Amino acid sequence: MKIDWAALGSVFGVSLIVTVALVGLFTLGIVGLSKRESASAQGDTATLAVTGAYACFAACAAAVAYGIYLIVA
Amino acid sequence: MEHITLLLGIVIVTALVFDFTNGFHDTANAMATTISTGALKPKTAVAMSAVLNLVGAFLSVEVAKTISGGLINEEGIRTEVIFAALVGAILWNLLTWLLGLPSSSSHALFGGLIGAAVMSAGWSSVNGSTVVTKVLLPAIAAPLVAGLAAMLATRLTYRISKKAGEQATSKGYRAGQITSAGLVSLAHGTNDAQKTMGIITLALVTGGVIAPGSNPPLWVIVSAGIAIALGTYLGGWRIIRTMGKGLTDLAPPQGFAAQTSAATVILASSHLGFSLSTTQSCSGAVMGSGLGRKGGVVRWSTATRMFVAWGLTLPAAGLVGAGAEFLTKQGTWGIILTGALLIAGSAVIWTLSRRQPVTVDNVNDVGGEPAGVVTTAIAAVTPPPAGTVAAADELKTTIPGPDATEPARPATV
Repeated sequence: MKIDWAALGSVFGVSLIVTVALVGLFTLGIVGLSKRESASAQGDTATLAVTGAYACFAACAAAVAYGIYLIVA
Repeated sequence: MEHITLLLGIVIVTALVFDFTNGFHDTANAMATTISTGALKPKTAVAMSAVLNLVGAFLSVEVAKTISGGLINEEGIRTEVIFAALVGAILWNLLTWLLGLPSSSSHALFGGLIGAAVMSAGWSSVNGSTVVTKVLLPAIAAPLVAGLAAMLATRLTYRISKKAGEQATSKGYRAGQITSAGLVSLAHGTNDAQKTMGIITLALVTGGVIAPGSNPPLWVIVSAGIAIALGTYLGGWRIIRTMGKGLTDLAPPQGFAAQTSAATVILASSHLGFSLSTTQSCSGAVMGSGLGRKGGVVRWSTATRMFVAWGLTLPAAGLVGAGAEFLTKQGTWGIILTGALLIAGSAVIWTLSRRQPVTVDNVNDVGGEPAGVVTTAIAAVTPPPAGTVAAADELKTTIPGPDATEPARPATV
């Protein structure tokens, strides 16, 4: 019996890192956008936070696109 | 489509029925968290999942070459064996659905195949070490991997979003949950509809209708896609309730973390060469996110019943498959009797399920363990808190009263 520990290990590692990274990025994006609302309430624009938020969302969208690519391929 | 014998016809119909049960059995994987956190209305969620399953069925051109992935020796497999295997898989899927337990449809099919193959050709037709590496080990690894990832992700997302208000973040979490649920649905359609296509194609090749090695005819692809989509749209509400509400209580951030973890694990595992069960990954992710929130709990009694069901899947479906193969071996009357028994068994399970139906309307009303008499009594007299989250309105419009029909579970109260 040959158990492919390397494949199992990489599934473990990749899943952990990708999940945590994606969830982290997406949450940062959400928080960034929520800053805009509180800033506009005070008449400010939170340009930096909003730009960062969209960058985070873009990274997540790229990950989703790669996921769809993996399903199709 | 000429020369389709009675037996071949029965196998094709049975394969489509299995595909259908696979659809409603696995709706929970993609949509349970989305439904229980109120990100999507139940009907919308299953409709979206059904469409994505259908799309997924047409997406990939690489059709499953083997139906068992090397578990059994498929050379010279007879059509009756495939039929018997499907009978075992369908009945196990229906039984676990009746009990509301998420279990892997693929493992049920594997179990049925093993049982039928052993009865047909003896133990030598089963590849024992493949059973360990493809079924047993993944069953332990999947919930661990997905659970750990979901737990860490839940912790992280709560930490980051601590300062932002719940109002501000709920829309974002909703979008994130829907996206990752969509990915899971798409992947499910691709994988599992392909499996049915593989079975029908194999049956057609065995029956001499199409040449070995040929691609599945278009009608096979279309019917397999439609069967799984219809099943998904029907919605296995019993299992959705267990996964979304029974294992733990999910808030939107947890639902998002769990679903993202499940999607990642499913995609990563199938492309790094160590396939993990979708159902087991999703259940693991849900439990992990339950543990990841401060004060979150996992209902281990429900989880234990689920683990037991996982352990029983292979032997139980195998026994039924073996029994069915024993009957089909006896000749035409045996095949017809097996078909009749399958229909009768399904009818009994369906009738039993009508006693306490779980439908689109009550899927989020927990009749499970923690809502014991005291809790529900308190809920009935306490007015809902004034500052309820927006999502809670969608989530529950009624407060579940004590469910009189719910049988007393020993682990309750």
